Amino acid sequence: MKDLSLHIMDIIQNSVRAEASNVELEIREDLEKDIYSISIKDDGCGMSEEVLSRVLDPFFTTRTTRKVGLGLSLLKQSAEQTGGKLEIYSKEGVGTELQVLFSHKNIDRPVIGDIAGVMVLLVSANPNMDFVYKHHTAKGEYIFDTKEIKEVLEDVSVTDPNIMQYLKELINENLNTII
Amino acid sequence: MAKVKSLADLKRMKEELQSKMDLREKSNDPEGLVQIKVAMATCGIASGAKEVMEFLIEETAKRGIRTVVTQTGCMGYCYAEPTIEVQIPGKEPIVFGDVDIKKADQIVEKYIKNGELVDGIIPVNYKTLD
Repeated sequence: MKDLSLHIMDIIQNSVRAEASNVELEIREDLEKDIYSISIKDDGCGMSEEVLSRVLDPFFTTRTTRKVGLGLSLLKQSAEQTGGKLEIYSKEGVGTELQVLFSHKNIDRPVIGDIAGVMVLLVSANPNMDFVYKHHTAKGEYIFDTKEIKEVLEDVSVTDPNIMQYLKELINENLNTII
Repeated sequence: MAKVKSLADLKRMKEELQSKMDLREKSNDPEGLVQIKVAMATCGIASGAKEVMEFLIEETAKRGIRTVVTQTGCMGYCYAEPTIEVQIPGKEPIVFGDVDIKKADQIVEKYIKNGELVDGIIPVNYKTLD
């Protein structure tokens, strides 16, 4: 994966497959403590203890189309390369939470990349799901909440290409003020 | 054009858009539209499926082709990612492999517009190994 936004997109696809209706992504940047943390929480079907214990194994997947499942392993490796870690909690029928820690200053920490584009693609590809994206830095915080967006848009769909462009701008403009 | 910075800006832009009657009721008749599914699992994303999907959404809209572009999981063709499945109304779906932006452009111009086949089709009888 080229950057963190692609990892995030990949991991959130798991929430989509777990039939979650709400997904919350939170990114915290703390330069003083040298922390770059990403947490992703969903209310999908969750995992059994047996699946959870194997989920970080790159040769384990619940898919039938192939024999490997690299998404979580790649993200874990990426975090560990910076001295960070990845932890995952899940309860069947309740949901799953993923917490990833990176060293903010480490040269191996991938950049965030086009997170606005990723969020907009996720929102438009899953119009029936709700997403919250919170980004905190020392300069402030920005919260992108699709429930608010859908209220503003009323009967206009988030899948419209013009609306997608506006949403991308909205996220980028606000992130630019805090990153 | 001023950039969208707040929900109020978004509301204004949405109203402007509605007044132009530019919005198409996509959800009413997805069967009558060209349906494109972009494989967006780890393999697809790592190979550049995001750029391909953004290209397809933006360009088909610009070129006036009514499409529904959605995401799907891994179809098992990890070696040929990014892969996309295109279904033109009334035709069988076709899966194209190794789709970069150049190939996506060809697929739009040749296959979707004119029904002309282009290189990179993954045969339907291709199955993954057990």
